[in-house]
Amino acid sequence: MPTFDWLTTLLIIGGVIAVVMPTVGYLTLGERKVSAWIQDRIGPNRVGPLGLLQPLADGGKFFLKEAPIPKNVDRIFYLLAPAVAMAVALCSLAVIPWGGTTPPPAPVPVGANPGSAVDAFNAAQTAYAGEFKSVIAPGLDIGILYVLALGSLAVYAVILGGYASNNKYSLLGSLRASAQVISYEIPLGMSVVGVMLYAGSMNIETIVQYQKTHGWFLFFQPLAFLLFMTSVYAECNRLPFDLPESEQELVGGYLTEYGSLNFGMFMLGEYTHMITTSLLMSLLFFGGWNLFGLEDSFADPLWALALKAGILAGKMFFFLFLYLIVRWTIPRFRFDQLMSLAWKVMIPLSLLHLLAAILVKEFKAPDWALSVASVGLFLAAGIVSVATNSGPNNAPRRRVKAVLANGAT
Amino acid sequence: MPIDNKDVAWCEEPKLGLFGQLYLPIVFDGLRTTIGHMLSRKVTEQYPEQEPNLPANYRGVHRLNRDEDGRVKCVACYMCATACPAHCIDIVAAPAPAGWKDREKYPETFVIDELRCIYCGMCEEACPVDAIELTTLYDLTGLSREAMVFDKEKLLSVFDQTAHAPNTKDPVRTRSGALGPASETPPT
Repeated sequence: MPTFDWLTTLLIIGGVIAVVMPTVGYLTLGERKVSAWIQDRIGPNRVGPLGLLQPLADGGKFFLKEAPIPKNVDRIFYLLAPAVAMAVALCSLAVIPWGGTTPPPAPVPVGANPGSAVDAFNAAQTAYAGEFKSVIAPGLDIGILYVLALGSLAVYAVILGGYASNNKYSLLGSLRASAQVISYEIPLGMSVVGVMLYAGSMNIETIVQYQKTHGWFLFFQPLAFLLFMTSVYAECNRLPFDLPESEQELVGGYLTEYGSLNFGMFMLGEYTHMITTSLLMSLLFFGGWNLFGLEDSFADPLWALALKAGILAGKMFFFLFLYLIVRWTIPRFRFDQLMSLAWKVMIPLSLLHLLAAILVKEFKAPDWALSVASVGLFLAAGIVSVATNSGPNNAPRRRVKAVLANGAT
Repeated sequence: MPIDNKDVAWCEEPKLGLFGQLYLPIVFDGLRTTIGHMLSRKVTEQYPEQEPNLPANYRGVHRLNRDEDGRVKCVACYMCATACPAHCIDIVAAPAPAGWKDREKYPETFVIDELRCIYCGMCEEACPVDAIELTTLYDLTGLSREAMVFDKEKLLSVFDQTAHAPNTKDPVRTRSGALGPASETPPT
Protein backbone atom coordinates (compact mmCIF):
# COMPACT_ATOMS: atom_id res chain seq x y z
CA MET A 1 0.00 0.00 0.00
CA PRO A 2 1.66 3.23 -1.10
CA THR A 3 1.69 5.99 1.46
CA PHE A 4 0.50 9.47 0.63
CA ASP A 5 2.03 12.73 1.57
CA TRP A 6 -0.97 15.00 2.10
CA LEU A 7 0.80 18.18 1.17
CA THR A 8 2.22 16.80 -2.08
CA THR A 9 -1.13 15.35 -3.03
CA LEU A 10 -2.93 18.62 -2.36
CA LEU A 11 -0.31 20.49 -4.36
CA ILE A 12 -0.73 18.11 -7.29
CA ILE A 13 -4.52 18.37 -7.10
CA GLY A 14 -4.25 22.15 -7.11
CA GLY A 15 -1.85 22.02 -10.02
CA VAL A 16 -4.03 19.65 -12.00
CA ILE A 17 -7.15 21.76 -11.48
CA ALA A 18 -5.20 24.89 -12.33
CA VAL A 19 -4.04 23.31 -15.58
CA VAL A 20 -7.19 21.46 -16.60
CA MET A 21 -9.72 24.25 -16.06
CA PRO A 22 -8.02 26.77 -18.35
CA THR A 23 -7.43 23.97 -20.85
CA VAL A 24 -11.17 23.29 -20.86
CA GLY A 25 -11.83 26.98 -21.35
CA TYR A 26 -9.41 27.27 -24.20
CA LEU A 27 -10.70 24.02 -25.64
CA THR A 28 -14.08 25.71 -26.13
CA LEU A 29 -12.30 28.55 -27.86
CA GLY A 30 -10.26 26.06 -29.87
CA GLU A 31 -13.42 24.25 -30.88
CA ARG A 32 -14.93 27.47 -32.17
CA LYS A 33 -11.73 28.55 -33.85
CA VAL A 34 -11.11 25.20 -35.55
CA SER A 35 -14.69 24.92 -36.75
CA ALA A 36 -14.44 28.46 -38.08
CA TRP A 37 -11.21 27.73 -39.92
CA ILE A 38 -12.65 24.58 -41.43
CA GLN A 39 -15.63 26.59 -42.62
CA ASP A 40 -13.28 29.22 -44.12
CA ARG A 41 -14.13 31.72 -41.40
CA ILE A 42 -11.89 33.43 -38.84
CA GLY A 43 -13.78 32.64 -35.66
CA PRO A 44 -14.06 34.66 -32.46
CA ASN A 45 -11.52 37.48 -32.55
CA ARG A 46 -13.10 40.39 -30.72
CA VAL A 47 -12.49 39.67 -27.04
CA GLY A 48 -8.85 40.36 -26.42
CA PRO A 49 -6.09 39.80 -28.97
CA LEU A 50 -7.10 37.08 -31.45
CA GLY A 51 -10.12 36.39 -29.25
CA LEU A 52 -7.92 34.87 -26.58
CA LEU A 53 -10.03 36.26 -23.73
CA GLN A 54 -13.22 34.74 -25.14
CA PRO A 55 -13.26 31.81 -22.64
CA LEU A 56 -13.15 34.31 -19.76
CA ALA A 57 -16.09 36.18 -21.22
CA ASP A 58 -18.01 32.94 -21.75
CA GLY A 59 -17.26 31.73 -18.23
CA GLY A 60 -18.23 35.07 -16.76
CA LYS A 61 -21.48 34.96 -18.66
CA PHE A 62 -22.27 31.50 -17.29
CA PHE A 63 -21.71 32.78 -13.76
CA LEU A 64 -23.67 35.98 -14.10
CA LYS A 65 -26.72 34.59 -15.89
CA GLU A 66 -29.84 33.76 -14.00
CA ALA A 67 -30.21 30.01 -13.50
CA PRO A 68 -33.80 29.32 -14.43
CA ILE A 69 -35.33 26.05 -13.27
CA PRO A 70 -38.32 25.01 -15.35
CA LYS A 71 -41.52 24.44 -13.41
CA ASN A 72 -42.13 20.77 -14.09
CA VAL A 73 -38.67 19.36 -13.54
CA ASP A 74 -37.64 17.06 -10.74
CA ARG A 75 -35.60 19.65 -8.90
CA ILE A 76 -33.24 17.36 -7.01
CA PHE A 77 -32.17 15.28 -10.00
CA TYR A 78 -32.27 18.28 -12.28
CA LEU A 79 -29.65 20.01 -10.14
CA LEU A 80 -27.76 16.84 -9.37
CA ALA A 81 -27.15 15.90 -13.00
CA PRO A 82 -24.66 18.66 -13.93
CA ALA A 83 -22.84 18.16 -10.64
CA VAL A 84 -22.47 14.46 -11.38
CA ALA A 85 -21.25 15.23 -14.87
CA MET A 86 -18.54 17.54 -13.64
CA ALA A 87 -17.51 15.57 -10.56
CA VAL A 88 -17.17 12.32 -12.46
CA ALA A 89 -15.13 13.93 -15.19
CA LEU A 90 -12.77 15.55 -12.71
CA CYS A 91 -12.41 12.39 -10.61
CA SER A 92 -11.01 10.37 -13.46
CA LEU A 93 -8.03 12.73 -13.61
CA ALA A 94 -6.83 11.22 -10.32
CA VAL A 95 -4.94 8.34 -11.88
CA ILE A 96 -3.39 10.21 -14.77
CA PRO A 97 0.39 10.40 -14.36
CA TRP A 98 1.38 13.88 -15.52
CA GLY A 99 5.06 13.44 -16.00
CA GLY A 100 7.84 10.93 -15.49
CA THR A 101 6.88 9.01 -12.40
CA THR A 102 8.00 5.82 -10.76
CA PRO A 103 5.70 2.85 -11.23
CA PRO A 104 4.84 0.95 -8.06
CA PRO A 105 7.19 -1.97 -7.38
CA ALA A 106 6.22 -5.31 -8.85
CA PRO A 107 5.22 -8.12 -6.51
CA VAL A 108 8.19 -10.05 -5.12
CA PRO A 109 8.14 -13.79 -5.91
CA VAL A 110 8.35 -15.86 -2.77
CA GLY A 111 11.11 -18.43 -3.11
CA ALA A 112 12.57 -20.84 -0.66
CA ASN A 113 13.10 -18.15 1.91
CA PRO A 114 9.84 -16.25 2.60
CA GLY A 115 11.54 -13.95 5.05
CA SER A 116 13.90 -12.47 2.48
CA ALA A 117 10.96 -11.99 0.11
CA VAL A 118 9.18 -9.98 2.80
CA ASP A 119 12.31 -7.96 3.40
CA ALA A 120 12.72 -7.31 -0.32
CA PHE A 121 9.08 -6.27 -0.56
CA ASN A 122 9.37 -3.89 2.38
CA ALA A 123 12.57 -2.42 0.99
CA ALA A 124 10.95 -1.87 -2.38
CA GLN A 125 7.93 -0.24 -0.76
CA THR A 126 10.08 2.07 1.35
CA ALA A 127 12.10 3.08 -1.70
CA TYR A 128 8.88 3.66 -3.61
CA ALA A 129 7.39 5.78 -0.84
CA GLY A 130 10.42 8.07 -0.99
CA GLU A 131 10.06 8.75 -4.73
CA PHE A 132 8.25 11.81 -6.04
CA LYS A 133 5.17 10.80 -8.00
CA SER A 134 3.33 13.30 -10.15
CA VAL A 135 0.01 11.50 -9.84
CA ILE A 136 -2.85 12.44 -7.57
CA ALA A 137 -3.39 8.81 -6.58
CA PRO A 138 -0.08 7.05 -7.19
CA GLY A 139 0.23 3.32 -7.41
CA LEU A 140 -3.47 2.69 -7.84
CA ASP A 141 -3.44 -0.87 -9.12
CA ILE A 142 -6.90 -0.74 -10.66
CA GLY A 143 -5.87 2.33 -12.70
CA ILE A 144 -7.65 1.70 -15.99
CA LEU A 145 -10.62 0.00 -14.36
CA TYR A 146 -11.13 3.10 -12.25
CA VAL A 147 -11.19 5.31 -15.33
CA LEU A 148 -13.55 2.97 -17.17
CA ALA A 149 -15.88 2.81 -14.18
CA LEU A 150 -16.01 6.57 -13.89
CA GLY A 151 -16.51 6.83 -17.64
CA SER A 152 -19.62 4.72 -17.43
CA LEU A 153 -20.80 6.69 -14.39
CA ALA A 154 -20.77 9.75 -16.61
CA VAL A 155 -23.79 8.42 -18.44
CA TYR A 156 -25.76 8.74 -15.20
CA ALA A 157 -25.41 12.49 -15.50
CA VAL A 158 -26.89 12.35 -18.97
CA ILE A 159 -29.72 10.05 -17.94
CA LEU A 160 -30.50 12.05 -14.82
CA GLY A 161 -30.48 15.27 -16.78
CA GLY A 162 -32.77 13.94 -19.48
CA TYR A 163 -35.09 12.17 -17.07
CA ALA A 164 -35.43 15.01 -14.59
CA SER A 165 -36.01 17.61 -17.28
CA ASN A 166 -39.52 16.24 -17.94
CA ASN A 167 -39.14 16.96 -21.62
CA LYS A 168 -39.56 14.52 -24.48
CA TYR A 169 -36.49 15.69 -26.35
CA SER A 170 -34.34 15.46 -23.24
CA LEU A 171 -35.63 12.00 -22.49
CA LEU A 172 -35.02 10.82 -26.05
CA GLY A 173 -31.50 12.20 -25.87
CA SER A 174 -30.75 10.44 -22.62
CA LEU A 175 -32.26 7.18 -23.86
CA ARG A 176 -30.01 7.34 -26.88
CA ALA A 177 -27.06 8.15 -24.64
CA SER A 178 -27.67 5.19 -22.38
CA ALA A 179 -27.99 2.74 -25.29
CA GLN A 180 -24.93 4.19 -26.95
CA VAL A 181 -22.71 4.22 -23.91
CA ILE A 182 -23.68 0.70 -22.89
CA SER A 183 -22.88 -0.54 -26.39
CA TYR A 184 -19.55 1.20 -26.68
CA GLU A 185 -18.38 0.35 -23.17
CA ILE A 186 -17.80 -3.21 -24.37
CA PRO A 187 -15.29 -2.57 -27.18
CA LEU A 188 -13.75 0.16 -25.03
CA GLY A 189 -12.98 -2.20 -22.20
CA MET A 190 -12.14 -5.11 -24.46
CA SER A 191 -9.57 -3.16 -26.46
CA VAL A 192 -7.64 -2.23 -23.32
CA VAL A 193 -7.48 -5.83 -22.10
CA GLY A 194 -4.76 -6.58 -24.66
CA VAL A 195 -2.72 -3.71 -23.29
CA MET A 196 -3.20 -4.92 -19.71
CA LEU A 197 -2.16 -8.45 -20.69
CA TYR A 198 1.12 -7.30 -22.15
CA ALA A 199 1.99 -4.76 -19.50
CA GLY A 200 0.96 -7.21 -16.80
CA SER A 201 -0.75 -4.49 -14.81
CA MET A 202 -3.72 -2.17 -14.88
CA ASN A 203 -1.67 0.58 -13.31
CA ILE A 204 -1.17 3.29 -15.90
CA GLU A 205 2.33 4.15 -14.62
CA THR A 206 3.39 0.55 -15.11
CA ILE A 207 1.88 0.48 -18.59
CA VAL A 208 3.83 3.57 -19.59
CA GLN A 209 7.00 2.07 -18.12
CA TYR A 210 6.41 -1.09 -20.15
CA GLN A 211 6.10 0.95 -23.33
CA LYS A 212 9.43 2.61 -22.56
CA THR A 213 11.24 -0.71 -22.72
CA HIS A 214 9.13 -2.56 -25.27
CA GLY A 215 7.87 0.14 -27.64
CA TRP A 216 4.52 1.83 -27.93
CA PHE A 217 1.42 -0.32 -27.94
CA LEU A 218 0.30 1.54 -31.05
CA PHE A 219 2.85 -0.46 -33.04
CA PHE A 220 1.81 -3.82 -31.68
CA GLN A 221 -1.92 -3.34 -31.30
CA PRO A 222 -2.98 -0.75 -33.87
CA LEU A 223 -6.43 -2.27 -34.14
CA ALA A 224 -6.92 -2.03 -30.38
CA PHE A 225 -6.00 1.63 -30.58
CA LEU A 226 -8.47 2.19 -33.39
CA LEU A 227 -11.26 0.47 -31.48
CA PHE A 228 -10.37 2.37 -28.32
CA MET A 229 -10.39 5.69 -30.10
CA THR A 230 -13.71 5.03 -31.81
CA SER A 231 -15.35 3.90 -28.57
CA VAL A 232 -13.98 6.89 -26.74
CA TYR A 233 -15.52 9.21 -29.32
CA ALA A 234 -18.83 7.51 -28.67
CA GLU A 235 -18.33 7.71 -24.90
CA CYS A 236 -17.68 11.43 -25.13
CA ASN A 237 -20.78 11.93 -27.27
CA ARG A 238 -18.64 13.58 -29.89
CA LEU A 239 -19.40 13.62 -33.56
CA PRO A 240 -19.85 11.31 -35.44
CA PHE A 241 -21.54 9.79 -32.40
CA ASP A 242 -23.25 12.81 -30.89
CA LEU A 243 -26.76 11.39 -31.15
CA PRO A 244 -27.67 12.19 -27.50
CA GLU A 245 -27.57 15.89 -28.24
CA SER A 246 -28.06 15.95 -32.00
CA GLU A 247 -29.41 19.45 -32.28
CA GLN A 248 -31.07 18.97 -35.66
CA GLU A 249 -33.34 16.23 -34.30
CA LEU A 250 -33.58 16.71 -30.55
CA VAL A 251 -33.24 20.49 -30.05
CA GLY A 252 -30.38 19.93 -27.63
CA GLY A 253 -30.96 16.43 -26.33
CA TYR A 254 -30.51 16.07 -22.60
CA LEU A 255 -29.19 19.64 -22.42
CA THR A 256 -32.40 21.20 -23.69
CA GLU A 257 -33.72 22.44 -20.36
CA TYR A 258 -30.42 23.59 -18.93
CA GLY A 259 -29.08 27.10 -18.84
CA SER A 260 -26.40 29.26 -17.28
CA LEU A 261 -24.01 27.55 -14.88
CA ASN A 262 -25.83 24.21 -14.98
CA PHE A 263 -25.26 24.09 -18.70
CA GLY A 264 -21.72 25.26 -18.12
CA MET A 265 -21.07 22.38 -15.75
CA PHE A 266 -22.32 19.86 -18.30
CA MET A 267 -20.02 21.43 -20.87
CA LEU A 268 -17.15 21.43 -18.41
CA GLY A 269 -17.70 17.75 -17.74
CA GLU A 270 -17.84 16.97 -21.42
CA TYR A 271 -14.65 18.79 -22.26
CA THR A 272 -12.85 17.39 -19.22
CA HIS A 273 -13.88 13.97 -20.45
CA MET A 274 -12.28 14.79 -23.78
CA ILE A 275 -9.06 15.78 -22.03
CA THR A 276 -9.06 12.61 -19.91
CA THR A 277 -9.64 10.36 -22.88
CA SER A 278 -6.99 12.14 -24.94
CA LEU A 279 -4.57 11.58 -22.07
CA LEU A 280 -5.61 7.95 -21.86
CA MET A 281 -5.00 7.40 -25.56
CA SER A 282 -1.56 8.95 -25.23
CA LEU A 283 -0.73 6.98 -22.09
CA LEU A 284 -2.03 3.59 -23.14
CA PHE A 285 -1.07 3.49 -26.79
CA PHE A 286 1.31 6.35 -27.55
CA GLY A 287 3.82 5.67 -24.81
CA GLY A 288 2.80 8.45 -22.44
CA TRP A 289 5.79 10.72 -21.89
CA ASN A 290 8.12 8.51 -23.95
CA LEU A 291 9.36 9.95 -27.20
CA PHE A 292 12.02 7.59 -28.54
CA GLY A 293 14.61 8.45 -25.90
CA LEU A 294 14.16 12.19 -26.21
CA GLU A 295 12.47 12.29 -22.80
CA ASP A 296 15.78 11.58 -21.05
CA SER A 297 17.64 14.59 -22.42
CA PHE A 298 17.62 16.41 -19.07
CA ALA A 299 19.37 15.05 -16.02
CA ASP A 300 17.97 17.66 -13.66
CA PRO A 301 14.82 16.06 -12.17
CA LEU A 302 12.72 19.21 -12.36
CA TRP A 303 13.54 19.84 -16.01
CA ALA A 304 13.02 16.16 -16.80
CA LEU A 305 9.60 16.31 -15.17
CA ALA A 306 8.70 19.41 -17.15
CA LEU A 307 9.91 17.87 -20.40
CA LYS A 308 7.97 14.66 -19.83
CA ALA A 309 4.84 16.57 -18.90
CA GLY A 310 5.35 18.63 -22.04
CA ILE A 311 5.64 15.53 -24.23
CA LEU A 312 2.49 14.10 -22.69
CA ALA A 313 0.70 17.43 -23.15
CA GLY A 314 1.79 17.53 -26.78
CA LYS A 315 0.29 14.11 -27.42
CA MET A 316 -2.85 15.13 -25.55
CA PHE A 317 -3.24 18.25 -27.67
CA PHE A 318 -2.77 16.19 -30.81
CA PHE A 319 -5.70 14.00 -29.83
CA LEU A 320 -7.77 16.99 -28.78
CA PHE A 321 -7.12 18.54 -32.16
CA LEU A 322 -8.16 15.28 -33.78
CA TYR A 323 -11.39 15.43 -31.79
CA LEU A 324 -12.04 18.90 -33.14
CA ILE A 325 -11.35 18.20 -36.79
CA VAL A 326 -13.09 14.82 -36.87
CA ARG A 327 -16.20 16.67 -35.76
CA TRP A 328 -16.26 18.52 -39.09
CA THR A 329 -15.13 15.56 -41.18
CA ILE A 330 -17.49 12.69 -40.50
CA PRO A 331 -21.24 13.29 -40.54
CA ARG A 332 -23.39 11.90 -37.75
CA PHE A 333 -24.31 8.23 -37.86
CA ARG A 334 -27.90 7.09 -38.03
CA PHE A 335 -28.92 5.31 -34.85
CA ASP A 336 -29.12 1.85 -36.45
CA GLN A 337 -25.74 2.43 -38.07
CA LEU A 338 -24.36 3.38 -34.67
CA MET A 339 -25.70 0.22 -33.09
CA SER A 340 -24.61 -2.10 -35.88
CA LEU A 341 -21.15 -0.57 -35.84
CA ALA A 342 -20.84 -1.37 -32.16
CA TRP A 343 -22.44 -4.79 -32.05
CA LYS A 344 -21.68 -6.23 -35.47
CA VAL A 345 -18.23 -4.81 -36.06
CA MET A 346 -16.44 -3.46 -33.06
CA ILE A 347 -17.35 -6.02 -30.42
CA PRO A 348 -16.47 -9.06 -32.60
CA LEU A 349 -13.30 -7.35 -33.75
CA SER A 350 -12.22 -6.49 -30.23
CA LEU A 351 -12.88 -10.07 -29.12
CA LEU A 352 -10.87 -11.47 -32.02
CA HIS A 353 -8.09 -9.01 -31.34
CA LEU A 354 -8.00 -10.03 -27.71
CA LEU A 355 -7.85 -13.66 -28.80
CA ALA A 356 -4.94 -12.87 -31.10
CA ALA A 357 -3.15 -11.07 -28.27
CA ILE A 358 -3.68 -14.02 -25.96
CA LEU A 359 -2.41 -16.50 -28.57
CA VAL A 360 0.69 -14.47 -29.34
CA LYS A 361 1.45 -14.11 -25.64
CA GLU A 362 0.77 -17.76 -24.86
CA PHE A 363 2.93 -19.20 -27.63
CA LYS A 364 5.65 -16.60 -26.99
CA ALA A 365 5.59 -15.47 -30.61
CA PRO A 366 7.53 -12.28 -31.35
CA ASP A 367 5.70 -9.01 -30.76
CA TRP A 368 5.50 -8.12 -34.44
CA ALA A 369 3.26 -11.16 -34.93
CA LEU A 370 0.60 -9.29 -33.01
CA SER A 371 1.06 -6.23 -35.22
CA VAL A 372 0.55 -8.44 -38.27
CA ALA A 373 -2.48 -10.09 -36.69
CA SER A 374 -3.90 -6.70 -35.76
CA VAL A 375 -3.63 -5.26 -39.26
CA GLY A 376 -4.75 -8.57 -40.75
CA LEU A 377 -7.90 -8.57 -38.65
CA PHE A 378 -8.68 -5.05 -39.78
CA LEU A 379 -8.27 -5.94 -43.45
CA ALA A 380 -10.22 -9.17 -42.98
CA ALA A 381 -13.10 -7.24 -41.47
CA GLY A 382 -13.14 -4.99 -44.52
CA ILE A 383 -13.04 -7.94 -46.92
CA VAL A 384 -15.81 -9.74 -45.04
CA SER A 385 -18.04 -6.69 -45.16
CA VAL A 386 -17.40 -6.23 -48.87
CA ALA A 387 -18.21 -9.90 -49.50
CA THR A 388 -21.36 -9.92 -47.39
CA ASN A 389 -22.64 -6.57 -48.59
CA SER A 390 -25.87 -7.63 -50.24
CA GLY A 391 -26.65 -4.32 -51.82
CA PRO A 392 -28.15 -1.09 -50.60
CA ASN A 393 -30.16 -1.18 -47.41
CA ASN A 394 -32.51 1.62 -48.38
CA ALA A 395 -34.15 -0.39 -51.17
CA PRO A 396 -37.77 0.70 -51.70
CA ARG A 397 -40.60 -1.66 -50.89
CA ARG A 398 -42.67 -0.67 -53.89
CA ARG A 399 -42.05 -0.40 -57.61
CA VAL A 400 -40.61 3.03 -58.28
CA LYS A 401 -38.43 4.68 -60.85
CA ALA A 402 -34.89 3.87 -59.81
CA VAL A 403 -32.00 6.28 -60.20
CA LEU A 404 -28.89 4.16 -60.12
CA ALA A 405 -25.60 5.15 -58.57
CA ASN A 406 -24.14 6.01 -61.97
CA GLY A 407 -26.99 8.45 -62.60
CA ALA A 408 -28.83 6.22 -65.07
CA THR A 409 -32.56 5.74 -64.66
CA MET B 1 -53.73 11.29 -51.82
CA PRO B 2 -50.73 8.98 -51.93
CA ILE B 3 -47.87 9.85 -54.22
CA ASP B 4 -48.06 7.90 -57.46
CA ASN B 5 -45.35 5.30 -57.87
CA LYS B 6 -44.17 6.78 -61.11
CA ASP B 7 -43.48 10.09 -59.41
CA VAL B 8 -41.17 8.55 -56.86
CA ALA B 9 -37.51 8.38 -57.72
CA TRP B 10 -35.29 6.18 -55.63
CA CYS B 11 -31.58 6.84 -55.61
CA GLU B 12 -29.41 3.82 -55.22
CA GLU B 13 -26.64 4.16 -52.67
CA PRO B 14 -23.21 4.08 -54.24
CA LYS B 15 -21.60 0.73 -53.48
CA LEU B 16 -18.64 0.89 -51.15
CA GLY B 17 -15.50 -0.92 -52.17
CA LEU B 18 -12.87 -2.32 -49.83
CA PHE B 19 -11.57 1.17 -49.04
CA GLY B 20 -15.04 2.33 -48.18
CA GLN B 21 -15.77 -0.67 -46.02
CA LEU B 22 -12.49 -0.25 -44.17
CA TYR B 23 -13.72 3.26 -43.42
CA LEU B 24 -10.32 4.59 -42.42
CA PRO B 25 -9.07 5.56 -45.92
CA ILE B 26 -12.26 7.52 -46.46
CA VAL B 27 -11.86 9.22 -43.09
CA PHE B 28 -8.32 10.23 -44.01
CA ASP B 29 -9.63 11.55 -47.30
CA GLY B 30 -12.16 13.62 -45.38
CA LEU B 31 -9.51 14.85 -42.98
CA ARG B 32 -7.46 16.00 -45.96
CA THR B 33 -10.42 18.06 -47.13
CA THR B 34 -11.07 19.64 -43.73
CA ILE B 35 -7.42 20.41 -43.08
CA GLY B 36 -7.18 21.88 -46.57
CA HIS B 37 -10.03 24.19 -45.70
CA MET B 38 -8.39 25.08 -42.39
CA LEU B 39 -5.35 26.34 -44.23
CA SER B 40 -7.21 27.99 -47.09
CA ARG B 41 -7.96 31.70 -47.43
CA LYS B 42 -10.74 32.93 -45.16
CA VAL B 43 -13.80 34.66 -46.51
CA THR B 44 -14.75 36.54 -43.35
CA GLU B 45 -15.35 40.28 -43.72
CA GLN B 46 -14.29 42.19 -40.60
CA TYR B 47 -17.43 44.25 -40.76
CA PRO B 48 -17.06 47.51 -38.87
CA GLU B 49 -13.52 47.98 -40.09
CA GLN B 50 -14.03 46.49 -43.51
CA GLU B 51 -17.06 47.60 -45.47
CA PRO B 52 -18.78 45.01 -47.63
CA ASN B 53 -18.48 45.41 -51.36
CA LEU B 54 -22.14 45.48 -52.28
CA PRO B 55 -23.40 45.20 -55.84
CA ALA B 56 -24.75 48.41 -57.35
CA ASN B 57 -28.26 46.99 -57.48
CA TYR B 58 -28.36 46.35 -53.72
CA ARG B 59 -31.65 47.61 -52.32
CA GLY B 60 -31.01 49.69 -49.21
CA VAL B 61 -32.36 52.98 -47.88
CA HIS B 62 -34.58 55.00 -50.21
CA ARG B 63 -33.85 58.45 -51.47
CA LEU B 64 -35.91 61.12 -53.21
CA ASN B 65 -34.10 62.49 -56.22
CA ARG B 66 -33.77 66.14 -57.04
CA ASP B 67 -33.95 67.55 -60.53
CA GLU B 68 -31.44 69.99 -62.07
CA ASP B 69 -32.92 72.88 -60.15
CA GLY B 70 -32.65 71.11 -56.84
CA ARG B 71 -36.40 70.65 -56.55
CA VAL B 72 -37.87 67.35 -55.51
CA LYS B 73 -38.43 65.31 -58.66
CA CYS B 74 -41.56 63.62 -57.35
CA VAL B 75 -44.85 64.58 -58.93
CA ALA B 76 -47.05 63.03 -56.23
CA CYS B 77 -48.71 60.54 -58.56
CA TYR B 78 -49.09 57.93 -55.78
CA MET B 79 -47.89 55.12 -58.04
CA CYS B 80 -45.17 54.07 -55.61
CA ALA B 81 -47.58 54.12 -52.70
CA THR B 82 -49.98 52.00 -54.76
CA ALA B 83 -47.30 49.55 -55.81
CA CYS B 84 -45.91 49.21 -52.30
CA PRO B 85 -46.81 45.77 -50.92
CA ALA B 86 -46.01 46.84 -47.38
CA HIS B 87 -47.98 50.09 -47.48
CA CYS B 88 -45.11 51.98 -46.01
CA ILE B 89 -45.23 55.08 -48.25
CA ASP B 90 -47.46 57.94 -47.21
CA ILE B 91 -47.76 60.91 -49.59
CA VAL B 92 -49.78 64.08 -49.20
CA ALA B 93 -50.04 65.86 -52.54
CA ALA B 94 -50.48 69.58 -53.01
CA PRO B 95 -50.73 71.83 -56.05
CA ALA B 96 -47.30 72.63 -57.33
CA PRO B 97 -45.90 76.03 -56.36
CA ALA B 98 -46.52 78.74 -58.87
CA GLY B 99 -43.07 78.75 -60.41
CA TRP B 100 -43.04 75.03 -61.20
CA LYS B 101 -44.17 75.00 -64.80
CA ASP B 102 -43.52 71.32 -65.53
CA ARG B 103 -46.07 69.74 -63.20
CA GLU B 104 -49.30 70.42 -61.46
CA LYS B 105 -48.72 68.49 -58.20
CA TYR B 106 -45.86 68.02 -55.85
CA PRO B 107 -45.61 66.06 -52.57
CA GLU B 108 -46.26 68.24 -49.57
CA THR B 109 -45.14 65.42 -47.35
CA PHE B 110 -43.51 62.19 -48.41
CA VAL B 111 -43.02 59.72 -45.59
CA ILE B 112 -41.53 56.21 -45.76
CA ASP B 113 -41.63 53.96 -42.74
CA GLU B 114 -38.26 52.26 -43.13
CA LEU B 115 -39.21 49.62 -40.60
CA ARG B 116 -42.29 48.53 -42.49
CA CYS B 117 -40.55 48.59 -45.83
CA ILE B 118 -39.54 45.19 -47.18
CA TYR B 119 -36.98 46.67 -49.61
CA CYS B 120 -38.53 45.01 -52.65
CA GLY B 121 -37.78 47.95 -54.93
CA MET B 122 -41.25 48.04 -56.48
CA CYS B 123 -41.63 51.77 -55.71
CA GLU B 124 -38.54 52.40 -57.79
CA GLU B 125 -39.95 50.34 -60.64
CA ALA B 126 -43.33 52.01 -60.44
CA CYS B 127 -42.08 55.59 -60.40
CA PRO B 128 -42.74 57.23 -63.80
CA VAL B 129 -40.28 60.07 -63.20
CA ASP B 130 -37.44 58.19 -61.52
CA ALA B 131 -37.92 60.22 -58.40
CA ILE B 132 -37.59 57.45 -55.82
CA GLU B 133 -34.57 55.18 -55.84
CA LEU B 134 -33.08 52.63 -53.48
CA THR B 135 -29.48 53.26 -52.51
CA THR B 136 -26.81 50.84 -51.37
CA LEU B 137 -26.85 52.24 -47.83
CA TYR B 138 -27.33 49.14 -45.72
CA ASP B 139 -26.34 50.15 -42.19
CA LEU B 140 -29.59 51.80 -41.28
CA THR B 141 -30.12 52.05 -37.55
CA GLY B 142 -32.17 54.14 -35.21
CA LEU B 143 -32.85 54.46 -31.52
CA SER B 144 -36.63 54.60 -31.81
CA ARG B 145 -39.38 53.67 -34.19
CA GLU B 146 -40.07 57.32 -34.85
CA ALA B 147 -36.50 57.89 -35.92
CA MET B 148 -36.95 55.25 -38.58
CA VAL B 149 -39.86 57.02 -40.23
CA PHE B 150 -38.17 59.10 -42.93
CA ASP B 151 -39.84 62.28 -44.13
CA LYS B 152 -39.25 64.20 -47.33
CA GLU B 153 -36.32 66.24 -46.01
CA LYS B 154 -34.57 63.15 -44.71
CA LEU B 155 -35.09 61.33 -48.00
CA LEU B 156 -33.78 64.29 -49.95
CA SER B 157 -30.77 64.47 -47.66
CA VAL B 158 -30.05 60.83 -48.50
CA PHE B 159 -29.94 61.96 -52.12
CA ASP B 160 -27.55 64.78 -51.24
CA GLN B 161 -25.30 62.32 -49.42
CA THR B 162 -25.21 59.63 -52.03
CA ALA B 163 -25.80 60.96 -55.51
CA HIS B 164 -22.73 63.13 -56.00
CA ALA B 165 -20.36 61.74 -53.44
CA PRO B 166 -16.98 60.59 -54.82
CA ASN B 167 -16.91 56.90 -55.77
CA THR B 168 -20.60 56.66 -55.14
CA LYS B 169 -22.37 53.49 -56.03
CA ASP B 170 -25.64 55.34 -56.36
CA PRO B 171 -25.39 57.88 -59.15
CA VAL B 172 -28.66 59.25 -60.41
CA ARG B 173 -29.74 56.34 -62.51
CA THR B 174 -32.33 58.08 -64.67
CA ARG B 175 -31.14 58.85 -68.16
CA SER B 176 -34.02 61.01 -69.41
CA GLY B 177 -32.91 64.20 -67.75
CA ALA B 178 -36.39 65.62 -68.08
CA LEU B 179 -39.44 64.51 -66.19
CA GLY B 180 -41.47 61.72 -67.73
CA PRO B 181 -44.92 61.85 -69.30
CA ALA B 182 -46.66 61.81 -65.95
CA SER B 183 -45.15 65.18 -65.18
CA GLU B 184 -46.38 66.84 -68.31
CA THR B 185 -49.07 69.40 -67.93
CA PRO B 186 -52.33 67.86 -68.89
CA PRO B 187 -53.87 69.18 -72.10
CA THR B 188 -56.30 71.96 -71.40
